[in-house]
Amino acid sequence: MIQAINEAMRQEMERDERVIVLGEDVGKNGGVFRATDGLLEQFGDCRVFDTPLAESGIIGTSIGLAVNGFRPIAEIQFLGFVYQAMDQLAAQAARLRFRSAGRFTCPIVVRSPYGGGVRTPELHSDALEALFAHSPGLKIVMPSNAFDAKGLLITAIRDEDPVLFLEPMKLYRALRMEVPNEPYEIPLGKARIVKEGEDVTIISWGATVPLVAKLAEEMTTQGIDAEVIDLRSLQPLDIDAIVRSVEKTGRVMIVHEAVKTNGFGAEIAALISERALFSLSAPIVRVTGYDTPYPVPSVEDEWLPNAARIVEGVQTLMRY
Amino acid sequence: MTISIDHLIWMYETMYKIRYYEDKMAEAYAEGKNPVFNIGAGPVPGEMHLATGQEPAAVGICVHLKKEDTVTSPHRPHHHAIAKGVNLNRMTAEIFGKVTGLGKGKGGHMHLFDPDVKFSCGGIVGAGIPHALGAALAAKKKGTDWVAVAFIGEGAANQGAFHESLNMAALWNLPLIVVIENNQYGISVPKSASTSVPSNDIRAVAYGIKGYYVKDNDPIEMYNVSKEAVERARKGEGPSIIEIETYRYLGHFQGDPEVYRDKNEVALLREKDPIVRMRQFLMKEHGIEEQRLIELENKARQEVEAAYQFARESDYPEPEDALKDLFV
Ligand SMILES: Cc1ncc(C[n+]2csc(CCOP(=O)(O)OP(=O)(O)O)c2C)c(N)n1
Ligand SMILES: [Mg+2]
Repeated sequence: MIQAINEAMRQEMERDERVIVLGEDVGKNGGVFRATDGLLEQFGDCRVFDTPLAESGIIGTSIGLAVNGFRPIAEIQFLGFVYQAMDQLAAQAARLRFRSAGRFTCPIVVRSPYGGGVRTPELHSDALEALFAHSPGLKIVMPSNAFDAKGLLITAIRDEDPVLFLEPMKLYRALRMEVPNEPYEIPLGKARIVKEGEDVTIISWGATVPLVAKLAEEMTTQGIDAEVIDLRSLQPLDIDAIVRSVEKTGRVMIVHEAVKTNGFGAEIAALISERALFSLSAPIVRVTGYDTPYPVPSVEDEWLPNAARIVEGVQTLMRY
Repeated sequence: MTISIDHLIWMYETMYKIRYYEDKMAEAYAEGKNPVFNIGAGPVPGEMHLATGQEPAAVGICVHLKKEDTVTSPHRPHHHAIAKGVNLNRMTAEIFGKVTGLGKGKGGHMHLFDPDVKFSCGGIVGAGIPHALGAALAAKKKGTDWVAVAFIGEGAANQGAFHESLNMAALWNLPLIVVIENNQYGISVPKSASTSVPSNDIRAVAYGIKGYYVKDNDPIEMYNVSKEAVERARKGEGPSIIEIETYRYLGHFQGDPEVYRDKNEVALLREKDPIVRMRQFLMKEHGIEEQRLIELENKARQEVEAAYQFARESDYPEPEDALKDLFV
């Protein structure tokens, strides 16, 4: 996935000279995960540059650049560091178009690795998407594989509004797959049906999708036919795909890494109750992180949604 | 300025202890992680930032501190913790993720908290500075002569929190000392590419406070300027910034491929190692017998060995413990 992300940025920079990259260690170092590897060499330090350690400044500057005709891709080194830039992202970038009635726009992409499973500590593992889903004006994209990462990032860079692009750290180097060489777009707000099924709908996004998909395949041998939906983006949200599936299966599980309370799963459950309550034959099940800060490495496999908890959740649903 | 022998000895011994501690940590950390670097493997999983080479900053000021003085530290905290007198056994157990750790094994190496000596640290760059500011304000409101020291890297001096805190410290005339360890890099970014001034003591002018600069990683000079800064703070004469030119011998984190610097750079730095220099200084200038230093070194090593043994032999917490301690 990391290669696909790198390629998306490179191709967009080749296509459009307004696209520039900034952040901590994105230059010579090529990013701490090597996402920006080689970009400095190819495009020079006018278009790819290291910033001081100042997240608020990184996003704030990107806003000013965007208003003045550039297309900044800002990297926040780990998503937990975005708290430093909360105002600039959630209260400035997100609201610029609205406040100015469209006379100022803010086409920036904020890329950030997120999620657990690689033994990094709290604030280097947190899934914070819900904070931003609660901030009108931001698009939120969370790819689950290399193919989607490339297409979604290209779309995000071409988008006229601020996009938070959250990259599951755990998947950077997992699961190799063929990705087309040429640039392509995947529209935002269009979920991917990973597996069709009749019995239960499992909704997930980003880091947890590969695990859910694998378990869904395994469940077929036990006679459970799960449908797996990868949302790809939370804002815009493909609620129609969710409703269609729920109307078919009547059972819903939502899987996300973020803490449970007020996680994005809660919003999905509420939307389902508004749009498809009478299709449900069982209470909605959420398998999520726990309501604590991200734990230390020795417990993270228990803390994260894991195979045991997901399988148990599906079995609970199937009893109805 | 003449320095008491006790202080000199303490500084040497503590620098030696820190160095030995970090060397052992590098070994323990590497256990099980190779041949293909796996950050999750071995007895110390997760990230690891070591302070080998940066000992003078920690000892040169902590020698002037008492238990009641506050120290906040960043993501590279071991040298500060040891110099402030944090319980070594419990600190090591914390780093190993054991239930006997300072935070029951729930914090890890960037989250060491010891209220007994008023020490804390954290992984968010710059976040500790306002906490030290608050401690300094508390000390003043309580009418004590306690001070607060915020250790940071030179990279952190570009965060808003640094500038906000120094303005408040100056405005309210607080006993805050910000020690900036200029180890030349914030991860890969050299200071010249991140900082608008050649050294951060210059920034003191912007706040109307004192700024000090210590060059060449010199523990004695660090001692001298820190003495003045701490004394001034205790007397209510306000905050200071101390920048010390120091060196990070190892990568930013253990496992860092260090593509951003020349391998020779570190070799050259090691040639002027402050611990070696101080050892010679003690023998030559103060006539301290080598035998005495060897005894101190042995004692320091034993203490460190005991801490590692304590950590290794301690139990892990229960997984459910991860859900506790969120509220009273
Ligand atoms: C707010 C925030 N941004 C980024 C990081 C990632 N990070 C950890 S340490 C570091 C460099 C810090 O440089 P410096 O302050 O000079 O300290 P040093 O590592 O050199 O001791 C960075 C960028 C972080 N932990 N917190
Ligand atoms: Mg530094």
